[in-house]
Amino acid sequence: MEVFLQQLINGLTLGSIYGLIAIGYTMVFGIIGMVNFAHGDVFMLSAFIALMLFVVLTQLLGMTSIPLAFVIVLIGAMVLTALWNWAIERVAYRPLRGSFRLAPLISAIGMSIFLSNFVQVVQGPRNKTIPPMFDKVIHLTTGGTYDVTLSLKQILIVLVTAVLLAGFWYLVQKTSLGRAQRACEQDRRMAALLGIDVDRTISLTFVIGAALAAVAGVLYMSYYGVVNFSDGFIPGVKAFTAAVLGGIGSLPGAVLGGLLIGLIEVFWSAYFSSDYKDVAAFSILALTLIFMPSGLLGRPEIEKV
Amino acid sequence: MQIQASKPVAAEPVSGGFDIMAAVKDAGFAALVTLGLSFPILAFRTQEDISNHLIVVPRWSWPITAAILVFVGRFAAILFRSRPRATRAPTLPKAPSASATFLIRYASWFGVAALIAFPMVMVAALGAGGSLKWINNYGIQILIYVMLGWGLNIVVGLSGLLDLGYVAFYAVGAYSYALLSTTFGLSFWICLPLAGLLAAFWGIILGFPVLRLRGDYLAIVTLAFGEIIRLVLINWTDLTNGYAGISSIPRATFFGVPFTDDDDGFAHLFGMDYSPIQRTIFLFYLILALALLTNAVTLRLRRLPVGRAWEALREDEIACRSLGINTTNTKLTAFALGAMFGGFAGSFFAVRQGFVSPESFTFIESATILAIVVLGGMGSQIGVALAAVLMIGGTEILRELDFLKAVFGRDFDPVQYRMLIFGAGMVLMMILKPRGIISTRTPSIFYKEQKAISGSLVKEGHG
Repeated sequence: MEVFLQQLINGLTLGSIYGLIAIGYTMVFGIIGMVNFAHGDVFMLSAFIALMLFVVLTQLLGMTSIPLAFVIVLIGAMVLTALWNWAIERVAYRPLRGSFRLAPLISAIGMSIFLSNFVQVVQGPRNKTIPPMFDKVIHLTTGGTYDVTLSLKQILIVLVTAVLLAGFWYLVQKTSLGRAQRACEQDRRMAALLGIDVDRTISLTFVIGAALAAVAGVLYMSYYGVVNFSDGFIPGVKAFTAAVLGGIGSLPGAVLGGLLIGLIEVFWSAYFSSDYKDVAAFSILALTLIFMPSGLLGRPEIEKV
Repeated sequence: MQIQASKPVAAEPVSGGFDIMAAVKDAGFAALVTLGLSFPILAFRTQEDISNHLIVVPRWSWPITAAILVFVGRFAAILFRSRPRATRAPTLPKAPSASATFLIRYASWFGVAALIAFPMVMVAALGAGGSLKWINNYGIQILIYVMLGWGLNIVVGLSGLLDLGYVAFYAVGAYSYALLSTTFGLSFWICLPLAGLLAAFWGIILGFPVLRLRGDYLAIVTLAFGEIIRLVLINWTDLTNGYAGISSIPRATFFGVPFTDDDDGFAHLFGMDYSPIQRTIFLFYLILALALLTNAVTLRLRRLPVGRAWEALREDEIACRSLGINTTNTKLTAFALGAMFGGFAGSFFAVRQGFVSPESFTFIESATILAIVVLGGMGSQIGVALAAVLMIGGTEILRELDFLKAVFGRDFDPVQYRMLIFGAGMVLMMILKPRGIISTRTPSIFYKEQKAISGSLVKEGHG
């Protein structure tokens, strides 16, 4: 029971991070029907930016208040990563709109390789570690064979995720920007005829997706305290799995899928073997796509002739 | 869908003139964005201090250099694009001269002849020691990728099934040979067809569940399969020895005659002096033969009903089904044949290296092979070969650029920029020439005479 509770907490934490990345995949797929392969590496880049901002603030500028630094890092990383993704969309995807269908996917794979190697070249291949922050731990149960703990970091991750998702939900559902975004998702041509700037809306989709990935990056960086240039691929694929499992194109689905993938991964490692935990994630991806391509909350795709 | 509300580009020629202010503004904006992007990732260097804490060291020259480069590059691009249209003379199709026609018609035969002569010329020119690098690093390495490219071309280029896990079959081939030869002592010539069969079998097993999937989804599932196979190779240590891999795999023999300095070795049998280059040359001809076999089979199959069904499937799956083509069989044959050639290449890889480990079969390999197929112009055999030369040869050449160390300082290592250039090249290629190097296609069915058409006339990987 204690193990179960502990793994539940860990799984929800991990799942929050996957869910945040998954939204970027699902939004981009919804609006331009493309698997944004580079999104995992955008997440890795954001974690790197966050790590470096944190070190700049605490060491170069001598900031002592960790919570204040954390807030500044969060906002800074969101802005900078959004700028990156905006530039990426502008350079690598926009010229390909209207090209044959595989062109953006291949361009995105190229971008993914470029980003991870860019970070490797400019910052070196070694793991970058920072001292732990928010490592205060609350003991939920004591006295048993096993103490169930809840760290401040984990509370922070779930809290930040929940708050940002609420804000994001408001943005998509209630603002004119969100309306334009949903309109483009349904029918880009019609939206353009009704006076929506489609290019701008797509750019904004990438910007929002990157900002949420940056939140995930900051949380990942503060949770593990280690960032490496190759950290984008596996979380990227897992977040994509989450998006597919939840039903690609569906925003609540992405979050639900993220939480499920996080829980499955953590429980798999706890009860079976951690060697095959990535195999489990990949198998879920394959099985979902084969047997349930519209996911848990997605709309079924209708084949038009 | 062509609904881009194309914004007027700043420097579009206004009645023949060139708006220099707009160009400067545009380039300045790009440079400003670059400055934003380079903070903090370029502006600081992370390193560990004595007590192993992470510290950052400013290096402001990097972002400024990047911004200047982007400014100049963007300005040049606008300048280039805004040349008056008239200066770009319309190229009229000239009737090629008789000798040129001859060259074009037999170009591939000249290529094959040149490849057959390649090791001999190299040895004659550079001696046994000097030519080893050229035959091994350039010749064999490029030919492996040519073969893999041609194998994947069946799946991606001809049948339009985007496969991101092709390296799995390469791995199956390599491990088949490694395990069969080290466990049962089977020779390479028995293992080669077995490896091909096993890979084809895996192609069918993995192809079967994904029959219904199309486009991006298919790509992602094949990626997942490729990763699963690699992870199993890593974790099933009893069989595969995990990360450490399988070493001391028996070397290739000349149909049973080993390349050793013994009395019954190859050199002694044919009355030559022993030299390690003999094995390399043999491997070169072996992979050349395998690659040409792949090419020949593909070209023949394209004229058979199954090959035509592949291409029809690529163009329109629904129409295919309506016309009574069995899409299940068509897809599975494509997967199986593509996988088989991947398996052949894999077992060649194992016999060449004498060592296999999961490290050699990462996703990057799949992406490289796919990039070769796409870069070559999907479906074009010559294009794929050219792309393999460009990409693999190009990255090998980066190892040679030692003189750059003199320019950029001692720590500069061009090899580490290999994948960076590779990724950027993939993006650039898609933007500039999405149809690949060879952007014409020769349809296999024609009315009066066979002629090349533009690649944009075929849908290529639509579904």
